[in-house]
Amino acid sequence: MSTPAQPTPAPGKKINRIGLEPTAYRGSKTTLCAGCGHNAITERIIDAFYELGVDPTQVLKLSGIGCSSKSPAYFLSQSHGFNSVHGRMPSVATGAVVANRKMIAIGVSGDGDTGAIGIGQFVHLMRRNLPMVYIIEDNGCYGLTKGQFSPTADLGSKLKTGVINDLPPIDTCLLAIELGASFVARSFSGDPKQLKAILKAALSHRGTAMIDVLSPCVTFNDHDGSTKSYSYAKDHEEPLADVSFVPFFEEISVDYDPGTTTTVTLHDGSKLVLSKMTEDYNPTDKLRALRLLHETSMRNEFATGILYVEPDKPDFIDLLGLVDEPLAHLDESRTRPGKAALDEIMESFR
Amino acid sequence: MSVTDAAVHEAATREPAARIVNDFAIQVATVNGSGSQTANLVLLRSIFQMGVPVSGKNMFPSNIAGLPTWYTIRASARGYIGRKKEVDFLVALNPETAREDVLTLAPGAAVVYDEPLKLRDLRGDLVFYPVPFDKIIGTITHDAKLRRLVRNMIYDGVLSRLLAIDMGQMEKALRKQLGRKQKALEMNMAALKAGYDYAQATFTKQDPFVIEPMNKTTGMILIEGNAAAAIGCMMAGVTFVAWYPITPSSSLPEALIDYLKKYRRDPDTGKTTYAVVQAEDELAALGMVIGAGWTGARAMTSTAGPGVSLMAEFAGLGYYAEVPAVIFDIQRAGPSTGLPTRTGQQDILSTAVLSHGDTNHPLLLPASVAECYTMAMEAFDLAEQLQQPIFVMSDLDLGMNTWMAEPFEYPTRPFNRGKRLDKAALARIGQFGRYKDVDGDGIPYRTVPGDGLPPYFARGSGHNEQALYSERADDYMRNLDRLSRKFQTAKTIMPRPEVELVEEGGIGIIAYGTSHWAVVEARDQMKGEYGVTTSYLRLRAYPFSKELDDFIDRCDRVYVVEQNRDAQMMSLLRIDLTPARVIKLRSIRHYAGLPIDGRSVTTDLLTQEGKEGLETPGSGLGTVGAD
Repeated sequence: MSTPAQPTPAPGKKINRIGLEPTAYRGSKTTLCAGCGHNAITERIIDAFYELGVDPTQVLKLSGIGCSSKSPAYFLSQSHGFNSVHGRMPSVATGAVVANRKMIAIGVSGDGDTGAIGIGQFVHLMRRNLPMVYIIEDNGCYGLTKGQFSPTADLGSKLKTGVINDLPPIDTCLLAIELGASFVARSFSGDPKQLKAILKAALSHRGTAMIDVLSPCVTFNDHDGSTKSYSYAKDHEEPLADVSFVPFFEEISVDYDPGTTTTVTLHDGSKLVLSKMTEDYNPTDKLRALRLLHETSMRNEFATGILYVEPDKPDFIDLLGLVDEPLAHLDESRTRPGKAALDEIMESFR
Repeated sequence: MSVTDAAVHEAATREPAARIVNDFAIQVATVNGSGSQTANLVLLRSIFQMGVPVSGKNMFPSNIAGLPTWYTIRASARGYIGRKKEVDFLVALNPETAREDVLTLAPGAAVVYDEPLKLRDLRGDLVFYPVPFDKIIGTITHDAKLRRLVRNMIYDGVLSRLLAIDMGQMEKALRKQLGRKQKALEMNMAALKAGYDYAQATFTKQDPFVIEPMNKTTGMILIEGNAAAAIGCMMAGVTFVAWYPITPSSSLPEALIDYLKKYRRDPDTGKTTYAVVQAEDELAALGMVIGAGWTGARAMTSTAGPGVSLMAEFAGLGYYAEVPAVIFDIQRAGPSTGLPTRTGQQDILSTAVLSHGDTNHPLLLPASVAECYTMAMEAFDLAEQLQQPIFVMSDLDLGMNTWMAEPFEYPTRPFNRGKRLDKAALARIGQFGRYKDVDGDGIPYRTVPGDGLPPYFARGSGHNEQALYSERADDYMRNLDRLSRKFQTAKTIMPRPEVELVEEGGIGIIAYGTSHWAVVEARDQMKGEYGVTTSYLRLRAYPFSKELDDFIDRCDRVYVVEQNRDAQMMSLLRIDLTPARVIKLRSIRHYAGLPIDGRSVTTDLLTQEGKEGLETPGSGLGTVGAD
């Protein structure tokens, strides 16, 4: 992300540092249910891109299939988007990001799209540490097919029809940390302040930034039997720390008391400031993060916040050793070897 | 257990043989993992270097070590490089298969065998040359590992003497094969010479087979189809490769990786102008290719039937979202896992309509290593021109066997990037609609991320001309009809068939891919031996172009020759052709897992024509028993 010159704002108009108004970050009108947690996430995505001043023409939006995966149409209408096939967004994103390393990629998936049909591709995406933001809009059910359990549904949770889920859930954050994702966070769609800060930090991170966002399904999974209902999530969310994000282009605020904060410097120089709440939490300690997730899960609570960050881990693009220009934009002069090369190869077969 | 699909021969009195020069097949039967490949390639190459047209076919098990493997080298003065079913000269080194290998030989054939196998008593109508391999190798080295590795060079030496293959050419071929590995070279040379000396001292030539120098391979190369395709992909400017290992495809991406490493690094920075990703499965491999193609990269993958099955979902997405992609299918024998190391043309029908819904895909049908090279380049152009996945339907026989060819020519045409929107085009067409048929050929304009032109939202769900989500019946049908129109356009830009029309109203033959080589030979056999002339059309692409209709109209009846059980190409023809043309079609099929041979085509066709006194056809029913 580059830092363009600060434009002079027109009087009375709200613009960001690259001179765009908030509407430039909006997409088409949502078709999801009124009150759907996913819409709140869409709003935070719009806020985060706007506030960071990301050029929307330099963004790739990707998704799989499901309610969650519809949402890229609802933000950043000036970006190229690809609503691909169920559970396979990671592979499409891998090809796209490798082919054009200059773009900022954001993928939106769901708990079924990631945890069930797409778990294989999810695993390998995390393992590759592909530079992208990967959001799971996690409501513990299949909304678009009317409420069946997904693999993140909690043990013992109940469908409207009375069916009890008797399989343990997959914790996508635990999995992502184990597999090599270099930025792992969990948040709640009903916590705009925290979610926005996490999204901004994720966009500034270089590597896979995996964010599991609990997002109650108001139609199929927002009842008393559900641990992914608004009321349950509100009551059982355990924020690790108060997440503040300071972009690289802003001075670090002096408001934080050094004795009770942890600062992590991200790839582009942005700062992640976690102020102490219940305990000192160091998000660069992998074992500590895994332990915390297990402990809170045993108490039927959700630890929210930035769980794990490894800011300097080489990402997949680094490992490939590519030229600086996007592969997709290389022309014939760069990609078709000359006649001497063919002659040499032919000689080897004589 | 035998790899042959020839019948077991009864012992019969052998006619005294005349000399048979440069027209016979040598088969070497060994155990895989025993290092016979070097010896076989040296044998092949030395005949090639003597100017004699030659081809090599490896019939190997789906296994790393310990199972039977056969390598057939065919010398053909007339230049036939298809498979010859009958083995004339056997090198029997595998105790497991030796007995059946010998029993299936035609009378008059010759056998070099490992002495302890005691094969001589099996038949009275063959020529036997027993060679004590272990005794001979004992004089060269006592190192058990080295003995195993160079032991096979002994038969090269024996054959050099018996078949009059020039020892100087053997040495030259060995140097070519081993490169600068001096120690290995010395050991192999010693084994080669020991074999020659043994044969010279021991055997009197009793068989008729000899190699004599010719000048028919001057300037030519020996190459496998997968390497040829890899060179084509590099020359086509591929920038993104995703693949998953599978036989018989893996050697294509592996060769490509080697070439890219050598020729596609920025000379100043050492950075690469390509990326290769080994995916977690074929599904992800095509997903990555679709992602890369969407952003404007020239992207490809290579696989075989089981991989194509997994790719069905993304093939449909590529078709409907209209994303360029190149997919090589190195076909092998199915169904299911089938025979991974045997050949076939068994994915034609399923690939043409791969994925659910109304979907169809253009196929390229390479018959030669030269076409593996040229069609690789054409595939990338076509993928961008047609904005959809293009399948290149090679097979194991073409991809993994060694073929001679003229050296490949450097491409003269620049890349065709298709309808990529630019500012001039935008000004001309007015408003950009990603799926709008501006020119009437069904092909819309496209933009890619980062090109500064209007973006669009690609999706596999229903969409209108503006790429917006739509469930409207008129939007949906307009789009499907446009895709259909695009498929019609494909007919006009895909490679045209090769047609040889001999006479009006006679017998026609249609074939494609590696079946071509059997047809070339069969046509000569039918004409030379039976006075039956045939016209021939070799398909090079699907969808079919109008030359096909004209060809069928000019023939009374048309035999479609292919290597699958279910007449897959004929099924596609039946879908496309008018009833008056369909009734002219007849089918010749070969599905033994082994490459089709000319004699089987001749026999089958003439039997269907009602010619008496021919061997019963049914080459597809032969026994295959590698594992």
